[in-house]
Amino acid sequence: MNDNQSSGTGIRAGISIYAMELAVALVLLAIGTVVAYDSYRLGSKWGADGPQSGYFPFYIGVLICIASLATLAHTLSNRSGRHELFVSWVRFKLVLTVLVPAAIYVLCVQYVGLYVASAVYITVFMVWLGKYPWARSLTVGLAVNATFFLMFEVWFKVPLFKGSLDPLRFLGY
Amino acid sequence: MLLMTIGIVLGVIIGVLPGLGGANGVAILLPLTFAMPPTSAIIMLSCIYWGALFGGAITSILFNIPGEPWSVATTFDGYPMAQQGRAGEALTAAFTSSFVGAFVAVVMITFLAPLVANFALQFGPPEFFSVYLLTFCSFIGMGKGSPFKTLAAMMLGFALAAVGMDTVTGQLRLIFGFTELMRGFDFLIAVIGLFGIGEILLSMEEGLSFTGKSAKINPRVVLETWAKLPKFWMLSLRSCLIGIWMGITPGGATPASFMSYGVAKRMSRDGDKFGTGQIEGVVAPETAAHAAGTSALLPMLALGIPGSPTAAVLLGGLLIWGLQPGPLLFVEQKDFVWGLIASMYLGNLAGLVVVLTCVPLFAGILRIPFSIIAPVILVICAIGAYTVHNAMLDIWLMLLFGVVGYVFKKLDYPLAPLVLALVLGDRAEDSFRQSMLISQGDLHIFYANGLVGGITTLALVLLCWPLISKVIARFRSGSA
Repeated sequence: MNDNQSSGTGIRAGISIYAMELAVALVLLAIGTVVAYDSYRLGSKWGADGPQSGYFPFYIGVLICIASLATLAHTLSNRSGRHELFVSWVRFKLVLTVLVPAAIYVLCVQYVGLYVASAVYITVFMVWLGKYPWARSLTVGLAVNATFFLMFEVWFKVPLFKGSLDPLRFLGY
Repeated sequence: MLLMTIGIVLGVIIGVLPGLGGANGVAILLPLTFAMPPTSAIIMLSCIYWGALFGGAITSILFNIPGEPWSVATTFDGYPMAQQGRAGEALTAAFTSSFVGAFVAVVMITFLAPLVANFALQFGPPEFFSVYLLTFCSFIGMGKGSPFKTLAAMMLGFALAAVGMDTVTGQLRLIFGFTELMRGFDFLIAVIGLFGIGEILLSMEEGLSFTGKSAKINPRVVLETWAKLPKFWMLSLRSCLIGIWMGITPGGATPASFMSYGVAKRMSRDGDKFGTGQIEGVVAPETAAHAAGTSALLPMLALGIPGSPTAAVLLGGLLIWGLQPGPLLFVEQKDFVWGLIASMYLGNLAGLVVVLTCVPLFAGILRIPFSIIAPVILVICAIGAYTVHNAMLDIWLMLLFGVVGYVFKKLDYPLAPLVLALVLGDRAEDSFRQSMLISQGDLHIFYANGLVGGITTLALVLLCWPLISKVIARFRSGSA
C-alpha cells in the first residue's frame, strides 16, 4: 500500500508513518470516547420500554476505543518502521494542489451553484494543471456542464443546487 | 421489445451516474409508466432495474467510484484491472457474470418460488441480526491487515450510521446541536468521498499517473475473456447461491456482493492477490449482486416483502396499478406474473448485448488525460453527493470523507468494512434491538433455534478464523 520505500530518491523530509499512525489512532480514540459519552448521556441501559437510544452506540464507542488503543500499542511497540515516510512535503504539495482548489470549488458552489462553479473549476484545472490552452479548456468546461444540465434538469427533472446567488435564473429552471 | 431497450439504456445511464441509484431511478421514472398497461410498465421498470444493475459496474471498474452500493465490492479488483490496462476484460467479466447470476436467479424463481417463500417467512429479527453478524465477522476474520484496524474502521462506520434520528425511539443522537446532522450520514456520500475523492488525491500524489491506460478493446477481448470464464464455474455457482440466499432472505444485493467477495477470497488459491486485479474478484461480487438483485423480486411477488430498496419501489408501483402482491397474485394475475418472469429472461439477454457492445465506448473514457478527467470526476462526485439529499452540507462531507479515505488508504485501514457498517448499521441495530425486545435482553435468543444458532456459530467461527487456522496448522504439523 505505502509506496514510500522509494523515499530514497532525493525526497527526504515529510510526515512519517509513525506520527500519522499515532495521530489517526488518537483521533479514533477521541471519536470513540465522544460516541460512548454521548450514548451514555442518552441512556445506554435498559429502559422501561426496552433498550434506550444509547444502548447500541455505547458499545460501538467502547469498541472503537479498544481497537484504537490496540493500534496505538502496536505502533508504539513497533520500532522498525519509525522512519518511513507517510508522505513527503513535495508530494504533499501536489495533493494540496488538488485539495485546496476542490475546497474553493465547493465554497463557490455554495454561492453560484453547481453548474457555474463546475464549468469554472474544470476550465481552471485544465489550464493550471494540464497546461491546456484557454479556448479548449473553456469548451470542455462548458460542454460537460451543458450535458449535465440537459441530463438532470431537462430529462430527469432533478433540480441541482443553483447557489444562493443563482446566476442561471434566466434559464427558467 | 422497444420498451425493453429504452428501459435498459435508461437504467445503464442511471447506474453510471453516482447518486442516482436503481431505487431513485425507478422512483423518478415510475410516473412515466402510469399511462401504460401494467404488464408493459413493469417490463420497462424491471429493465431499468437490470440496466442499473449492469451500469453500476461500469464506473466502479473505470473510476473506482461505485455507481451503486452493490458495486463497491467490484471496485476492489475491477479498478486495479483497469489500471493494468485490462479494463475491457474486467468489464466483460463483470457483465457476463452479472448475466449468469441474474439468469440463474430467474431460473430459480421460475421453479422454486412457492417453496422458498415459506422459508423467508421464518426470518425474524434475531435471524437478520445473525446474518449481519456473519457478514461483519467474516470481514474481521478474513481481512489481510491488522484486525484492529478493520475493527476500528467498521465501528467508525457503525458510529456514523448511528448519527441522527434514532429509528426506534425517535431520539436525536450524536448530533451535538447541529440540526443539519439530523439526517445522519448517508453511505453514498461516504462512498463517493472515500473512494472517488480519495482516489484522486492518491493519484495526484503519485504524480498524475492516473493518465489513460491505453486498453486494446475489440471483440477479441470479449471472446478471450469468455474463454477464460468457464474456469470459474465453481466460483460462479457459489456466488449465485450466496446471492440467491441473500436476495430471498432480505439481505439484499450489497451484503451479498461483499460476502461473496470475502468467501471467494478465502477459497481461492490466489486469495492473497485479491485486490490487485484478480478476475475472480470481479466475477464473485457481480454474480452475487445480480443473483440477489433478481431473487429479491421473489419475496416481493410471493409475499409482498421487498428484498431490496429497489424492489420496494417496484412494490409501490404494483400497488399503484392496483395489483396486490402476495400468494394470490400468482393465481389472479397470471398474465402479469408470467409477463414479468418472461421479461426477466429477455431483459437480461438484451441488457448483456447492449452493455457488451458499449464496452469499447466505456473503455475509451480511460484514455482521456488525468487533468481533464480529474475535475470532471470531482464534479460528478459533487453532483452525486448533492442529489442524495439535496443538501449542500453533503458536498462538504464528501470532501472530508475524501481526506479520510486518503489517510486511511495510506495507513492500511480497510475502507470496505467502514462502508459496509455504514450501509447496514441502522438495520443491524434495529434487528438487534428488536431481538433484545423479544427476549427481554437475553442474548440466548441468538441460539434459540437451529437456523439462527447455526448462522451465529458460523459468524463466531469466522471471527476467530485466524486463531483457528493457526491451531489447525499447529495440530497438523504436530501430528505429522
